[in-house]
Amino acid sequence: MITIALSKGRIFEETVPLLAAAGITALEDPEASRKLILPTNRPDVRLIIVRATDVPTYVQYGAADLGIAGKDVLNEHGGAGLYQPLDLKIARCKMMVAVREDFDYFGSIRRGARLKVVTKYVQTAREHFANKGMHVDLIKLYGSMELGPLVGLADAIVDLVSTGGTLRANNLKAVEEVGDISSRLVVNQASLKLKRDLLQPIMDSFAKAVAANEDK
Amino acid sequence: MRNWLLPEYIEDVLPAEAARIEQLRRRLLDLFKVHGYQYVIPPLLEYLESLITGVGHDLDLATFKVVDQLTGRLMGVRADTTPQAARIDAHMLNNHGVSRLCYAGSVLRTSPDGLAQTREPLQLGAELFGHAGIESDIEIQRLMIKALQAAGVESLHIDFSHVGIFSHLVKNAGINPILEQALYTALQSKDQSSVRELAAGIDPVIREALCSLTELNGGVAIIEEAQKRLPATPEIVNALNDLRQVDQNLGDLGVNVCFDLAELRGYHYHSGMVFAAYAQGYAGPLALGGRYDEVGSVFGRARPATGFSLDLRGVITALPVAALQKGIFAPYDADQSLLEKIEALRAEGQIVVQELPGHEAHRAELNCDRKLVKQAHGWQVVDAPELLN
Repeated sequence: MITIALSKGRIFEETVPLLAAAGITALEDPEASRKLILPTNRPDVRLIIVRATDVPTYVQYGAADLGIAGKDVLNEHGGAGLYQPLDLKIARCKMMVAVREDFDYFGSIRRGARLKVVTKYVQTAREHFANKGMHVDLIKLYGSMELGPLVGLADAIVDLVSTGGTLRANNLKAVEEVGDISSRLVVNQASLKLKRDLLQPIMDSFAKAVAANEDK
Repeated sequence: MRNWLLPEYIEDVLPAEAARIEQLRRRLLDLFKVHGYQYVIPPLLEYLESLITGVGHDLDLATFKVVDQLTGRLMGVRADTTPQAARIDAHMLNNHGVSRLCYAGSVLRTSPDGLAQTREPLQLGAELFGHAGIESDIEIQRLMIKALQAAGVESLHIDFSHVGIFSHLVKNAGINPILEQALYTALQSKDQSSVRELAAGIDPVIREALCSLTELNGGVAIIEEAQKRLPATPEIVNALNDLRQVDQNLGDLGVNVCFDLAELRGYHYHSGMVFAAYAQGYAGPLALGGRYDEVGSVFGRARPATGFSLDLRGVITALPVAALQKGIFAPYDADQSLLEKIEALRAEGQIVVQELPGHEAHRAELNCDRKLVKQAHGWQVVDAPELLN
């Protein structure tokens, strides 16, 4: 039995074609179903639907053999006990630093100001500012980060940006790129050793499908 | 105050599990003994410097520290017994030939790891010092397999790698330590796109070799594949030959041998072949080992070394639960012939529990399914399943 951990929404939608390339189709739609374990057309493959941030944890402890998780989530998790053999190049966006439109970000850095930053991605933000040699105070939030600078909670946010629409609607501007984000295939280390014959064909079809998408 | 609570990831081992762990511990130590491995009992704590040098290179943050009230120096509680065995071999035994040592005891880690996700693994291991050839690697690998089989783990997969391949590629390309560390992390997670990105500026032959390491995992066929895809320098050819020999020498033990050339666990102190055992039902490696030549040099004497260790608490997580051995119930009675009978049964290895007055209502807690009854010809053992209710 192979268990694949996925999250609902964009990642699931963009994973469907990859699964199809490996000959796997879900028998139920996760948006419509309340089930957390979805059967597939293959009796030896099942999907489990978990929160995006939990995907690496399920795979790390072997509760799932494979999983699809964003690089943002993997950076926060740390990646211990996981293989990340394949960049699936789906659910792409950027991790950015953004501030209020009237805030002079680079001027404050030059003055050596200690900025307050709100983010959901504490590890990623800490790493980014440490590499720049900046001192920041991080405040962890679980959503609506854009509000932080508007209500005086913080000077800057670190968040995912795909179109920039939310930033513009809230009078914020992106000032600095933290990194490119896309989804990765993650594999439990023991599963790869013990179920290689079952997993390798799936991984190969994913790789082929990703390469074909790139050529388009 | 809830003072019966234990710290996180620290637990008591209760009778059923403790019996099983102790039984396995004895069985494995007996196995090591008949293979000529001498048992040592290193201290639970010692000066920090000797614990986190050499083989303990990566253990600094994992080690609990205390200040020695006698000297004011910092001491560490061991997070791994291997550095202690290396110290014993280098400085205490002074053997010139081969020494074989084994150990069993708790180690402490500041954060939980391993199969049991505990901060107090029960580490058993065997180390072989003084021989640099593939023969000693194979001896240690065979012992690890036999130990896991003796513990009752079925259908083992043994995964092999050779850290010499990566370190040789890095040395040849003149890669700086910061990039080396980044490449190491990317290779450990088989993240080929990151390896390619990181290696963008280096010699294309080495870059392709590093990238192909992420794909070189599988059965013995990947050794041939590696020969085609990696530069044919003497170091790499030797490493691949060693791996091939392993495959030929473990066949009779009924294990599945596979290879994964991107596996670099313990790269900072391992110098040759590294290996790990996996089995169905376990989400991570059951036992780990490898060659770590030269680490004795920090203790004044460099010696070739190879060894393995396992966490007994982790190993039993997926083994079938065995019921506790049932005992024989003896009533409270000062009759001399009863006492003689009890001693005779105990000498045979039977569990005999004698009741103490006043606890007749709690006999079920004694875990006995037979009882001693006085009959015409003396005290006899009779079945008594009613005692368990």
